[in-house]
Amino acid sequence: MILTAMLVVPFAGALLTLFAPGGSQPRLTRLARLHGLFFSAVTLVLAVVAAAVFDYGRRGPQLGFDHTWAASIGLRFHLGVDGISLPLVVLTAALTFLCMVYTARVLPAADEGTGPARALIGLILLLEVGMLGTFVSLDLVLFFVFFEVVLIPMYFVIAHWGGSPGARERARAAANKFILYTLLGSGFLLVGILLIAVNAHTLDMTTLAARHGAGLSHNVQLAAFGLVAIGFAVKTPMWPLHTWLPDAHTEAPTVGSVLLAGVLLKMGTYGFVRIAVPEVPEGARVLAPWLGLLAVIGIIYGALACLAQRELKRMIAYSSIGHMGFVLLGIATLTPVGVNAALFGNIAHGLITGLLFFVAGAVKERYRTGDLDTLGGGMLAKAPYLASILTFAAVASLGLPGLAGFWGEMLALLGAYQPHAGLPRATYVTFMALGGLGAVLTAAYFLRLLARITHGPVAERWVRTRFADVRAHELLAWTPLITATVFIGLWPKTLLDLTDGAVRVLLGGQ
Amino acid sequence: MIVLAAVAVLLPFAAAFIGMIFGPTISHLLTPFARRVRRGVSPGTEPGRARILARRLPANGPALVAVLPVAASTVLTAVVAAVQWQHPRTRTGTLATVRTGGIPFGVSLDVDGTAAVVALLVCCVALAVQIYSVAYMRDDPRYSSYAAFISLFTAAMLLVVLSGDLLALYVGWEVMGICSYFLIGHYWHDRATSRAAVKAFLVTRLGDVGFLFGIFVLGLAAHSFEIRTVLSRVPSMSHTALVAGTLLLLCGLAGKSAQFPLHTWLPDAMAGPTPVSALIHAATMVAAGIYVVARLYPAFLFAPASLAVLGVIAAISMLGAALAALAQDDLKRVLAYSTISQLAYMGGGLAVGTRDGALFHLLAHGAFKALLFLGAGCIIVAVGSNMLSAMGGLRHAMPVTFWSMTVGFAALAGVPPASGFFSKDTILSQAWHAARQPGPKSDFGWFAYAPLRAGDHAGPAVPSWTGWLVLVAGLLTVAVTAAYATRTWLVAFFGERRSPGGAREASGLMRWPVAVLAVPALILGFFGLGSDRLRPELGMSLVSLLFVAAGAGAVFLVWNRDPALDPVRLLGPARPLLRDGFRLDAVYGVLVVRPVLALAEMVVHTDERAVDAAVVGTGRGARRLGGLLRRTENGNPQAYVSGVMAGVVLIVLAVVVLT
Repeated sequence: MILTAMLVVPFAGALLTLFAPGGSQPRLTRLARLHGLFFSAVTLVLAVVAAAVFDYGRRGPQLGFDHTWAASIGLRFHLGVDGISLPLVVLTAALTFLCMVYTARVLPAADEGTGPARALIGLILLLEVGMLGTFVSLDLVLFFVFFEVVLIPMYFVIAHWGGSPGARERARAAANKFILYTLLGSGFLLVGILLIAVNAHTLDMTTLAARHGAGLSHNVQLAAFGLVAIGFAVKTPMWPLHTWLPDAHTEAPTVGSVLLAGVLLKMGTYGFVRIAVPEVPEGARVLAPWLGLLAVIGIIYGALACLAQRELKRMIAYSSIGHMGFVLLGIATLTPVGVNAALFGNIAHGLITGLLFFVAGAVKERYRTGDLDTLGGGMLAKAPYLASILTFAAVASLGLPGLAGFWGEMLALLGAYQPHAGLPRATYVTFMALGGLGAVLTAAYFLRLLARITHGPVAERWVRTRFADVRAHELLAWTPLITATVFIGLWPKTLLDLTDGAVRVLLGGQ
Repeated sequence: MIVLAAVAVLLPFAAAFIGMIFGPTISHLLTPFARRVRRGVSPGTEPGRARILARRLPANGPALVAVLPVAASTVLTAVVAAVQWQHPRTRTGTLATVRTGGIPFGVSLDVDGTAAVVALLVCCVALAVQIYSVAYMRDDPRYSSYAAFISLFTAAMLLVVLSGDLLALYVGWEVMGICSYFLIGHYWHDRATSRAAVKAFLVTRLGDVGFLFGIFVLGLAAHSFEIRTVLSRVPSMSHTALVAGTLLLLCGLAGKSAQFPLHTWLPDAMAGPTPVSALIHAATMVAAGIYVVARLYPAFLFAPASLAVLGVIAAISMLGAALAALAQDDLKRVLAYSTISQLAYMGGGLAVGTRDGALFHLLAHGAFKALLFLGAGCIIVAVGSNMLSAMGGLRHAMPVTFWSMTVGFAALAGVPPASGFFSKDTILSQAWHAARQPGPKSDFGWFAYAPLRAGDHAGPAVPSWTGWLVLVAGLLTVAVTAAYATRTWLVAFFGERRSPGGAREASGLMRWPVAVLAVPALILGFFGLGSDRLRPELGMSLVSLLFVAAGAGAVFLVWNRDPALDPVRLLGPARPLLRDGFRLDAVYGVLVVRPVLALAEMVVHTDERAVDAAVVGTGRGARRLGGLLRRTENGNPQAYVSGVMAGVVLIVLAVVVLT
């Protein structure tokens, strides 16, 4: 029941924003902020309660809700969480709430050519429904529905609140690219899902996962994995299907970027872990080396692209490609270590890149540019706290042990050193070595970024400009992310114990 | 026992967080109290140290948070070391085991004799440096974060030393690296400093990736990441895994301990504050590589190929860095190259099979190099420059610094009875033994590590050429070391005063740590007399003294001809090449940095012109295709009907033909 409530609350919140109360513009904006804060807070509380009542000793899905939806085609409204989805559910609810906290103060003013405040709030709440639904649904078609629900609000958020005032055209183009590209991927995903469902005569994800591909012929599995993988790979994004991401991130408003990087990308890798790998394992075994290859190319390619990037948000977007490459590499090993790594990497990336985009947004808001050359240097002198938090986020993102980013990467490499027995080991050891090189390159571009904009003397053009250092609402939104990054990094046991049991169930008791 | 060790690790860790966040707040809270103390002391009845302390310490929150926990940790590690001395055995404690899906890893500590002694060294140097920094950094606006990073570094280093698990060790290993990055980059407004910090982190990280893979190889071969288990399973591991694993670990050693070919970051790292150079880039962090190899020594004993590689690396670093040290103009860079060279001695010691000798030199070097760096800091503050050309004639103005540093230089050069003489001699004697009679030498006593005993007699031999290599390089380096130590000593303290203004002795908080460190630098060598394996051998001592005399004598003779000139002119035309460290930086720039940056530019272009262009092109293509098809939808019913008719005809034709 609690899962249903978790979906109903933000949905109700989103519906309520359709009704416009009267009043002056500032009052409306204030109301919208409170509205968003309230509904996302309630959802977060529900997520935390779900985590509290969750039975950590059991391995299968829990807190289930199963109801007939369309009996004629065997469609059910089936929800449930296990150790794999629970952390993602909490992350989603938390990030949405923090976005609301952040938006509470820096809502783009209506006169900049954006939509009204309550529309943005409504869209974010609708987005939350889709994200949470994706992580808790246990029926293939239901999963697909939620997977798609996310696209529409994100499209409008990018198109109407993105870009810079006076240059909305590029935001529209980015939003179009985003929605067309991901819809194309979804097409493949839908065909793949239906291929599985038709051949296995069920849409229930737990049943399918428990069968481990039994009853599906080799060719069906191969085709299904290929199709589903393309769908998820676009979302993740995997090289070379990534080009929608930098544009979308660069143009999206701060909250859009945060949710896009923090949660939306995880839906792709979550799909791999939840559907592609356990339900068609034979197909996975054949295609995993190719997945691993593309993942490693993504790591190196993303890192190199970052090294030569000239725009702050674009650089962070490319860094996501590299990080998701580690996640994909973990999945491609088909071992519990690798899949645990992927899930850990998901959460860590959500926290850290969420923080990075928040900070990048704050930098852009102050300097009114994200161009690294224009930003110049000396941010540590100009805004010491902001620069320190940027430094923290960058260091966490480059995978420093003791912070969240490390464990995902390290375990992915460990998984690649000893992949599943049916996979070519020498190939994977090569992947591991290349991944390690990618980790060095990751450090290189982040430190280069820090050296470029936080170190050195303050650039001439900014000497006279005055702006505030970190403000209260920013600190409020960022502190939980920083704390969680440090905590999970120092004590990875919390997360690994949670995911490990569920992963072993999914991979079939290895 | 193990709880004490854990608390010793956690105290500086907590201090780092508290100092970073609340340091300035504590200062505010303490200000009224400090004012009262100052009023009590200030009437002038008791001038000097007490007043300085009263003025600086009580109201300095960050300083209190920095010094007190490290002091407590020093006491705790001293207790641990004393207990270990009385009842030597390995003590372990596991806090938690973390599941990974494969081999689990543990958060655990593992204290033996070696670990206890090295932990004590780390705490002592850290304490000295923290106290020294209170004075050295007193006018620095960012002292609070500086002190916090030193605390964090201390905790990380203690974790490396005491950890019972390879992955937990790696965590400490990397955290040390990032602290080093932040501390080198403390003066970040200078672009050169910033570059040095980035370089230090990236070069060491390159080695660290290899180190991590080495941990994977050994861990999976042993089915455990627990150090004791790994070591106990060494005899049953495949030879390939052992050689691969240990060679990969050596990458980490080359990075962290600044050995060829990854040593280039260390001289640049001198851009950081001097106390940091003393702590991190001389006494502790750079020694971590040597320590870890010593800790995993049984694995290396079973992989003689790796020991041979270590011997080659050490020989090159030893001699090359000593020659480079001779040609430097900057006092701190002299000491930096000297650190590389001295660490190479330890590496050489490990390569020829004397673990105890290497650790003995590690301890001695930790003391005398920290002393030299802190002394250099005093000189730099007094003179206002790092350059040797600005120093000279300081022995009367700074007597405490002069005498302390004289001890330090004597230990560095290996002049008896200073500590360096004994420790270096142990390594050279062992190299001589390894060169003449290759074979295992049971070398496990004072620093005994329980699992070693299991396989000590089965260890394969160190190749004899490694012994010769280390011996020859070691002896030549003794001469060069004596030469650069003498040159630096003479140029800094004797001859004419080259700096304007009166140089004065540094404040008490800086002077005393230097003086105190002179004690272990002087007498630590005598502890070796109690052990068979560490006692100097007469023949080798005489030979090495001969080389010391040759090196020091040559420099003295050149200097004596004209004390106003730098005796470095001895080097002649080779000097610029040596000063630039054999121009390795330029080589790496051409071979690595520029290709990577070019590749990065290429990737960005490819991404726009090829990968994304394909996507955009597909979109355009679809639209164009739609445009073509749209022509048929022109709203003309006649055209539509003609189309239908044509279709019917085609279908009929097809049916007729096919049937």
